[in-house]
Amino acid sequence: MDAEAAHGQSSGNKLYLLVWFGLLILTAIEVFLGYERLPLNLMLVLLMGLSIIKAALIIFYFMHLKFERTALILTILPAMVIVISLLSIFFPDALRLLTHPANR
Amino acid sequence: MSQVIAEDRSVPATVWDGGVSPYKIGHKKLGMWLFILSDSLTFSALLFGYSYVRMSTPNWPTPFDFSPGILYATVMTACLLSSSLTMVMAVNASAKGDRGAVVKWIGATMLGGLAFLVLHIREWFHLIDEGLKPFASPAAWGPSTPLFGGTFFTITGLHMFHVLTGVIYLGVIAARKKSNHEDVEICGLYWHFVDLVWMFVFPLIYIMSIKAK
Repeated sequence: MDAEAAHGQSSGNKLYLLVWFGLLILTAIEVFLGYERLPLNLMLVLLMGLSIIKAALIIFYFMHLKFERTALILTILPAMVIVISLLSIFFPDALRLLTHPANR
Repeated sequence: MSQVIAEDRSVPATVWDGGVSPYKIGHKKLGMWLFILSDSLTFSALLFGYSYVRMSTPNWPTPFDFSPGILYATVMTACLLSSSLTMVMAVNASAKGDRGAVVKWIGATMLGGLAFLVLHIREWFHLIDEGLKPFASPAAWGPSTPLFGGTFFTITGLHMFHVLTGVIYLGVIAARKKSNHEDVEICGLYWHFVDLVWMFVFPLIYIMSIKAK
């Protein structure tokens, strides 16, 4: 019954075990990276990139979004990505404070 | 002429004609997805706020030793990831109609969440004993900013509150006789969201504050 379930597209236990294992590996990579001496920007890009991959795995597989109607995916994801990305508009101001501390 | 409404058969009926859900999910599940969308924005705002103050502050402390700090946080991450796996197993069992297995798997998910909470509270007390306050850093950390405590306790505290609420929600769904497959699925969505937020809190707050040698 488990082999049959594994072949079923959305109810395959094997698929979820694989995703879980992948998430653990990605976490281990993140912890390892934390102890490497990397330039700050590279570290952030790598960590955020890995986190976004982990988030995508959770959203698409554990939260089952991959197997839902495309209309739902298009309603939720673009809005989330765009609004969250818009928040980065404040970073130039943080840089301003960093480089001109007298203006705080 | 038994039809009440004249049908225009030249235009094919679509899902947008009413009477069916265009997303093919119930209204409760759509509601949970929209809640998740809005709650992600809340956590994003907090995390971006934290990133902003961190980026603009020269003396940001990086106090986490491997043990207990990073070790605890990594185990906590594994707890949440594993609890997400058991939650998926619960949803699978519920699709098959196996109520006993559903309760078992939800129980395992709750245990993962409780383990996370216990470890997290212990870690909070490690830091509080060191002298960390929401408005001040310990003197032992050298010249520092009061914002470390503020951002740390706010973000991890709000997340911890979500985990606690999630554990209670799981318990209610498992205990109710009238819980159906959809209820378990929706509860699962919330629980995975809690895990999802941690995927960003962990690197930004813990990994980025590993104590430099």
